[in-house]
Amino acid sequence: MCSPNPENPEIRQILLLMTSTMQTPVATPNQTHAGQDALVAVSGLTKRFPVSKNLFRQPSSFIHAVDDVSFALAPGESLGLVGESGCGKTTVGKLLVKLLEPTSGQIRFRFPSLDTTAGGSGDPVDASEIRSADLRAFRRQAQMIFQDPYESMNPRRTIYDTIAEPLAVQGIGSLMDRVDRVTEILTQVGLTPASSFLFRHPHELSGGQRQRVAIARALVIGPSFVVADEPTSMLDVSSRTGIMSLMQDLAQQLGISYLYITHDLAVARYMCHRIAVMYLGKIVEMAETEELLRNPLHPYTRALLSAVPVPDPAYRRDHPDIRGDLTLPIDPPARCRFYDRCPVATDFCEGNPHPPMEEQSPGHWVACYEA
Amino acid sequence: MTTSTNALVLEVIDLSLRYQTRQGEVQAVEGVSFNLEQGQSLGLVGESGCGKTSVANCLMRLLPENARLAGGQVRLGGTDLLSLSDEEMRGYRWRRIAMVFQAAMNSLDPVHRVGHQIIEAIEAHGMETTMADARERVARLFRMVGLDPQLMDRYPHEFSGGMRQRAVIAMALSCDPDLIIADEPTTALDVIVQDRILRELKVVQQELRMGMIYISHDIGVVAEVTDRIGVMYAGRLVELGDTADVFRSPMHPYTAALMSSFPSVHGERLPLVGLAGEPPNLIDPPAGCPFHPRCQYADEICRTEFPDRSMRGDHWAACWHPLEAPPLSENRQKQDLPD
Repeated sequence: MCSPNPENPEIRQILLLMTSTMQTPVATPNQTHAGQDALVAVSGLTKRFPVSKNLFRQPSSFIHAVDDVSFALAPGESLGLVGESGCGKTTVGKLLVKLLEPTSGQIRFRFPSLDTTAGGSGDPVDASEIRSADLRAFRRQAQMIFQDPYESMNPRRTIYDTIAEPLAVQGIGSLMDRVDRVTEILTQVGLTPASSFLFRHPHELSGGQRQRVAIARALVIGPSFVVADEPTSMLDVSSRTGIMSLMQDLAQQLGISYLYITHDLAVARYMCHRIAVMYLGKIVEMAETEELLRNPLHPYTRALLSAVPVPDPAYRRDHPDIRGDLTLPIDPPARCRFYDRCPVATDFCEGNPHPPMEEQSPGHWVACYEA
Repeated sequence: MTTSTNALVLEVIDLSLRYQTRQGEVQAVEGVSFNLEQGQSLGLVGESGCGKTSVANCLMRLLPENARLAGGQVRLGGTDLLSLSDEEMRGYRWRRIAMVFQAAMNSLDPVHRVGHQIIEAIEAHGMETTMADARERVARLFRMVGLDPQLMDRYPHEFSGGMRQRAVIAMALSCDPDLIIADEPTTALDVIVQDRILRELKVVQQELRMGMIYISHDIGVVAEVTDRIGVMYAGRLVELGDTADVFRSPMHPYTAALMSSFPSVHGERLPLVGLAGEPPNLIDPPAGCPFHPRCQYADEICRTEFPDRSMRGDHWAACWHPLEAPPLSENRQKQDLPD
């Protein structure tokens, strides 16, 4: 759908209608960039939260937290989900590990070993078919690391209890096996000697050490897919670098795919093969990391990039030229979500629905009429 | 950027602060000295727990009960703030020296109109006598920080996070202070809002020729808004110099490590170099240079004696083995901006 952008809005309208009604198989953003079998394939994912609080009335308005989001994640790949607070990135993460149920849309997993009542090992499984009975098997494959290492751990339990719990829940190994496994993973995440950490409590550890425990807890049962929700944003620069390289090393050793949620493009640059930029529930641009940073096509991505302060006093960057503040997507109009703040918006943008994702160059997707 | 003809706003001389805790006495600030000229901005950077905010709280004399000043002076326009009585200090706080706190946007009272809260501050400090004058002053302050003056009769919940942060900055500016301390004022905000507030803060600071102390862990932000930069480690100031000099050729190995562990979105994707280990426990700080357990250049003298200042012009570092300045030709090449 690499349609040209003619100046005449009527021709553009016709072109758009043609492309949207053509039933030819076109590339969609939920294919992986290398065309491999996706580990996780998401299409049309939508989540709406009711904002009406009246118990006896139907909810009248909705926050469109995630709206028609499609992407795919190849085995071993790490995809960054970047955007400002409130753009829906954490909601996408929670949907992917089934902490939330989508309003509509499809998530398909192709885990190496996921036996469910719906299908055998190795077949793609639809997330909606993973019911409570299969959920335990699903959690062996899909885990989440949370943002705040101070809040995400029970302060009364020892590090051993915290990390061994997934093993106990899954019924893996004998007690002695579990001690061995926890010792091994503690060593892997750099908390050595492991024996000196086993029976400590979270308050005895620094923020960076706690986040290592959180990583160990997520990885101890050997998942193939991990949602990492801002795992370094609460940490100091020095421990942040350590956690970032630890997560990369573990991904390589253990073949894990990350959905890496962050507001910080600089962190995503170091952690992710590809980056998807979200704005008010929509993915507006997606490309391989260096391509996205060098050649941003969406005006929002450009603004986001130029707003990042540069640690070099001699460097003069352009300031973003977008207006206004982020709003909540409560029953938003059908037009482009970015229209109100967009520096390049035209009448065409106002009168037409939110632009579809189009592949501008191989693997570089953008949802903008003006790109 | 430093012009020595300017009058000094602030002199901090050998400031030391202790906190009494059940585990023992924490040496939160140890022998910190620096000057600030009129219209100049100084950035304080370092990891959390290095004493940045403690220094700010000393300057404002807003210390918790378990804090004890162990010595030093804070001279604002010639007066030592630390020797004033609480009553006298009240005449200085906000009128001469003001502070924007971390996450201050949550400090607005939700049941009062935003403008009213600023007018209260103006009246309490006797800045304006009539309501009309006070409202005029708030309108001026709102325009200064990029808020529409018509918003002054709104309530805090009607403001976004960025707008509330601007209102708090306006409040800090309401009594024309000589010195403003900004403690991570944009950390809780998104980058686009942060960018706008930083630009406005810098313009206002230069227009009013205020001194500014800008505290942040984000060296990118500090590089953009400050003229000079002070690096703190384990309660001590370990390097101080013009921002451009410190970034171009850091002298202290800690400063260099801090900079190379900071990812950037522009330019080449340089490898990130981590900083091994943890900051020391300040109840029992290591002897000698506090950075020696994590420093690759540490030798015998580093383990026993706190380093003297190594000077390079008016850029100094407390280090026995300061890093050499790179030859001028080896300056970091200018990066390509995405257009």
